Amino acid sequence: MKDQTYPDAKLVLADGTQIRGKSFGYPSSISGEIVFNTAMTGYPESLTDPSYKGQILVLTYPSIGNYGVPADLINDKLHLFFESEHIHISGLIIADYSEDYNHWNAVKSLGEWLREEKIPALFGVDTRSLTKLIREKGSMPAKIVHGSIDEIPFKDPNKRNLVDEVSTKEVIQYGSGKIKIALVDCGVKNNIIRSLLKFDTTILRVPWDYDFRMLDYDGLFISNGPGNPEKCEATIKHLQSALENEQPIFGICLGHQLLSLAAGAITYKLKFGHRSHNQPVLMHGTQKAYLTSQNHGYAVSEDSIPQKWESWFTNLNDHTNEGIRHQTKPFFSTQFHPEASSGPTDTAFLFNTFIQTIEQCKKK
Amino acid sequence: MQKEIKKVLVLGSGALKIGEAGEFDYSGSQALKALKEEGIKTVLINPNIATVQTSEGVADRIYFLPVTPFFVEQVIKKEKPDGILLSFGGQTALNCGLELFNNGILDQHDVKVLGTPVRAIQETEDRQLFSEMLDEIGIKTARSLSATSPEEAIQAAEKIGYPIIIRAAYTLGGQGSGFCHTQEELIQKIHQAFSYSPQVLVEESLRGWKEIEYEVVRDQYDNCITVCNMENFDPLGIHTGESIVVAPSQTLTNREYHKLRQISIDIVKRVGIIGECNVQYALDPQSEDYRVIEVNARLSRSSALASKATGYPLAFVAAKLALGYGLHELKNDITKTTSAFFEPALDYLVVKIPRWDLSKFHGVSREIGSSMKSVGEVMAIGRSFEECIQKGLRMIGLGMHGFVANHELPENKLEDELNNPKDTRVFWIAKAFDQGWTIEEIYNATKIDPWFLSKLKNIHQLKQKLIDFRSIEALDNEFLLDLKKAGFSDFQLARILYDEDDHETIEQRIREIRIYRQAQQIVPYAKQIDTLAAEHPALTNYLYFTYHGDSHDIIFEKDKRSVIVLGSGAYRIGSSVEFDWSAVNAIKTVEQSGYRSVMVNFNPETVSTDYDSCNRLYFDELSLERVLDIVALEDPKGVIVSTGGQIPNTLAMRLQAYNVPLLGTSADSIDMAENRHKFSALLDSLNIDQPAWKELSSIEDIEKFTTEVGFPVLVRPSYVLSGAAMNIVSNQKELRHFLELATQVSKQYPVVVSKFLTDTKEIEFDAVADRGEIIAYALSEHIEFAGVHSGDATIMFPPQKVYVETIRRIKRISRQIAQALNISGPFNIQFLARDNNVKVIECNLRASRSLPFVSKILKTNFITIATKIMLGEKVEKPFKSLFELEYIGVKAPQFSFSRLSKADPILGVDMASTGEVGCIGDDYYEAILKSMLAVGFKIPEKGVLISSGTMRDKIELLNSAKWLADHNFRIYATRGSHLFLKENGIASSLVNWPDVKMYPNALDLIKEKKIDLVINIHKNLSSKELSNDYTIRRAAVDFNIPLISNARLASAFIYSIGIYKLEDLKIKAWDEY
Repeated sequence: MKDQTYPDAKLVLADGTQIRGKSFGYPSSISGEIVFNTAMTGYPESLTDPSYKGQILVLTYPSIGNYGVPADLINDKLHLFFESEHIHISGLIIADYSEDYNHWNAVKSLGEWLREEKIPALFGVDTRSLTKLIREKGSMPAKIVHGSIDEIPFKDPNKRNLVDEVSTKEVIQYGSGKIKIALVDCGVKNNIIRSLLKFDTTILRVPWDYDFRMLDYDGLFISNGPGNPEKCEATIKHLQSALENEQPIFGICLGHQLLSLAAGAITYKLKFGHRSHNQPVLMHGTQKAYLTSQNHGYAVSEDSIPQKWESWFTNLNDHTNEGIRHQTKPFFSTQFHPEASSGPTDTAFLFNTFIQTIEQCKKK
Repeated sequence: MQKEIKKVLVLGSGALKIGEAGEFDYSGSQALKALKEEGIKTVLINPNIATVQTSEGVADRIYFLPVTPFFVEQVIKKEKPDGILLSFGGQTALNCGLELFNNGILDQHDVKVLGTPVRAIQETEDRQLFSEMLDEIGIKTARSLSATSPEEAIQAAEKIGYPIIIRAAYTLGGQGSGFCHTQEELIQKIHQAFSYSPQVLVEESLRGWKEIEYEVVRDQYDNCITVCNMENFDPLGIHTGESIVVAPSQTLTNREYHKLRQISIDIVKRVGIIGECNVQYALDPQSEDYRVIEVNARLSRSSALASKATGYPLAFVAAKLALGYGLHELKNDITKTTSAFFEPALDYLVVKIPRWDLSKFHGVSREIGSSMKSVGEVMAIGRSFEECIQKGLRMIGLGMHGFVANHELPENKLEDELNNPKDTRVFWIAKAFDQGWTIEEIYNATKIDPWFLSKLKNIHQLKQKLIDFRSIEALDNEFLLDLKKAGFSDFQLARILYDEDDHETIEQRIREIRIYRQAQQIVPYAKQIDTLAAEHPALTNYLYFTYHGDSHDIIFEKDKRSVIVLGSGAYRIGSSVEFDWSAVNAIKTVEQSGYRSVMVNFNPETVSTDYDSCNRLYFDELSLERVLDIVALEDPKGVIVSTGGQIPNTLAMRLQAYNVPLLGTSADSIDMAENRHKFSALLDSLNIDQPAWKELSSIEDIEKFTTEVGFPVLVRPSYVLSGAAMNIVSNQKELRHFLELATQVSKQYPVVVSKFLTDTKEIEFDAVADRGEIIAYALSEHIEFAGVHSGDATIMFPPQKVYVETIRRIKRISRQIAQALNISGPFNIQFLARDNNVKVIECNLRASRSLPFVSKILKTNFITIATKIMLGEKVEKPFKSLFELEYIGVKAPQFSFSRLSKADPILGVDMASTGEVGCIGDDYYEAILKSMLAVGFKIPEKGVLISSGTMRDKIELLNSAKWLADHNFRIYATRGSHLFLKENGIASSLVNWPDVKMYPNALDLIKEKKIDLVINIHKNLSSKELSNDYTIRRAAVDFNIPLISNARLASAFIYSIGIYKLEDLKIKAWDEY
């Protein structure tokens, strides 16, 4: 039995479906795109992942909030337990909520955190039925309403430039190592920066539309981020000219899609995306399979990979593209998240690959 | 693959025992299925005749032989397999395989170990080597030192610092382990640890840390996944087999989850596992610090649980990987389209709860700790912890209805029950809440994570709120749904709301609640276990029920073309793998007859709960409430209640009351056989003899009755204070003693007293009838006289020493009973026979424990016949008769006393064995020797200790003792036996009773291992006191020396070793008989 009483609220989908739940977040009404994630751990990480900007997130794991929320400790300009400074989802939908949490590093409950960050959330929903519906009908506009179901309209966040909303507005420097990396922030997760800082690096985090061609860098990194990649015209344009040069480029998730677009490939929207910790990928030409963490609604068309480029990883479940690389130049990218957080850490070695590639190029 | 593998030998785990149970039938069956799919010939060695894996068509060849290096080598010589699988038969198979490898036998016969290389297994089995290896790659293990003598162990403990834990190396599930807080405690425990193993490890104690497990799979390409992680509800210090376990972990953050996951993968890659491996951790509840505590480089109980918890068939996949497949080359068996290289995403929780049967044993300590005592387990699936734990606590079948609304607990000290965990601890937490304890206070006493406690508190608070209501109609729907979501059964609601104890009234209230609830549309929904949390469509038939839902995952046909088979629930003493075999065979027959099979069961150790073995699996409760839910949704042709043991059998009358169509014998007949009074009246009306009995409610009446019928009598109380439920008493004094100390006699708790017949044979009659006519039958004979529970008896089939006239009478009586009860389906009658006087003890209108044994020996599947009859098909009588068999089968019990510290290893009227084997021989003596070797007996080489009870026992043993003496065995005997042997011209060395502190003393000889067989027959049928006999028996068990406590069995064994040497035993497969 819950100690508190929670008011009823509704989730309304663009197809007309209405689902009643108990409101345990901020009691405001919002709209967004409804998506589901099947991970069993990592709600603090997911909620602060900028790639979720504009989305109402359904967690399929039924018991959420068990270990509370840690304090927002900051170490060297990075959030120790979060992926960015704020919750980025528009709303949260779960089955069973643990208002009583327990963990040594927890300072508040999930509900308290959501209310502080003004994010509405519902529990008591059959998230399995809901997920099946999203799987069958695809991601779609949805809203959480606390009053009348018509109090706010549906809005498709993919029509906005979400990257611009989450990207840094200024240039930030991390570390003071020998290898200089320009990091184009389309909504970067802190763990990508942490992963790069494990090496002898200096990182310059720049806004998504920053003309990084002006910078003196050894390697270029294009980050993850929310929404439709085609909205990032400026980044694509800058990337196209970077492809003329020889400095290594590594892209993750949205960064992968942007690199692909710059190279001449095509991206498309997946029916309901990949959002989970258990996506299997196979590295081309090998018997090596890796388990990956993913969070994307768009994908690169495997058939559209241009000449001089090749498919690097493929999804073992639905055979979608999971990475590309240039046949001769040090350019590569992955659709999945080697930095994990949350999720499995199988492909963390790719940061190593990136740094080694930079070092080799520097020697030349 | 260098060498083409065409024929593979699979080692089974033998009889079920504590620490090694049905899970290995499941994993072995999966492995055999995987091999078969590849067109590989399979040879299986497993003496456990009641298993599914030893059924026709699972392996190509089956040997019912002991899984020991000697027999396995003989089979290798004969079968010449190309490869061998060691990791599907538990520690028994693994140890046997390692020995064969170390002796060079596998090399000599060019048999390749498939899967994880032996070197890797050895590295994980030797804890010292293993810690060093992990240390090299920067992975932390508990600080540990190995010792080869008690002195070394004491030194090691001083280095590490108390508290410490000691563990014997190379043992099953923690034998010879224990915590020691002081040097005194260590000295006490260390000798026993060394009796199990020459190497003992002394480790730092991490008591109170979280215990977490990962199930890891790796292929030959170094691809590696963790299929599942699990968290123990009970903190470290309680063996994982004794813990309530939840999957996936509940209190771990993403960082903790993935840190331990990555370490698991690093370990498995470093070791070089090919197949499955289990890694266990201790995790500090106050930081991210951890220790690796154990690695099992084989399929385990946890891996079977993980398979059932996730739908990922670990054993099947492990067998494929052993053949050289890569994970990415295999498909997810549930979706059929996605890859087997993935980690299941659960959108539900599972809770495993152990089932103990400690009340079956005299003298056993009820404390649970670092060694395993539980005999079975259940798994509950739901969408909240509250829902799962309440389901699970009902499933364990100890008369509990969930976390709350149970019978009052006995008057014990709450603090002690919380601090020193025993089998009922979780219920004491409910009591603590009743008494106002806070979560923090309970945490301090138990170290159970406050998250779990807060969930239990939720349940308790709901109960507190419900107490204020007086009728179901008074509850608002939201509150009622909250209760159901928290796992409250209709029974719990009825008990709390109406506070009534009368059986019939409660039954009526349950019915009212059900009707009201359905009218309010508060009903459970069937959800699929699909491995991917609904991300991909899956046509899976693996289902559970939850109240956290608003729609079903599947569409119900409701075409009366499905048949529901109710399973057996948790394995326990008296109900085990034999009912899984029956249920699986019933399912198969249902399908062969053109119906869809629907299985209901919740035991993760079984083959019947493999979603692949039926058309639809409901992994859920076998309660009236849930079965009615399923029947309503399925609208089946009917329900089979007679192949799953006692649980479904008991449901029959209640299901009938709801007009559920039952297939086979009617519920009224079942009731007539189950109800002592009705059945007795039936026998009287048929002029069938039965031992005199009466239900009595005062000591005076009992004494009057015993004067009439004479001693000894069997006393069955309905209320038990301590010790076993039944007892045989030989005189007035014993009767008084038992009635006053162990039970309570009153109108409310009557006692059933029946005349006990000594020196009487017990005979089992297993049969199948069709509308009262017997179609097939089998008669088997107990070696022990009546007085040993039929589950503990050694049984031969066909009978060897029963008069033809006795058999004729038994058949006639059985025909009468079958006709009177109009039986359609399987049944079993137990008879007593002495000088052609035949009496009926009891009759069960369901499959029996001995049914797989007689079916396999006779090669006539009784369940197939029974199921066809229940489906209404016409069945011909099989041609084969038991009188034509040219071989003999002997079924022998397996005891697990070594696991049950202090329990008296004695055979009595209450069952104590945990498993059984069945072996075949050309004659009685070959069969008995094989079967006794298969349950751990060894042919003695050094000395035999005889301390035999009554004069009758002494006479029974005389010839065998003479044989032993003639063959230069050293006989040691206690005073009475020594004198008796001397009078009869047999030399023996006199040894003193344990309480005579003079050398040679029986206890010393056992400790010094000068004796390798102990024959101890207790004199007194009822004495439970700690005595010299007890000390001898217990020492035999503790020092791992074979013990026989029945004179007839002892002489049968000694005759056998007189006739057969090990080399003379025939290595013949089942199909060669």
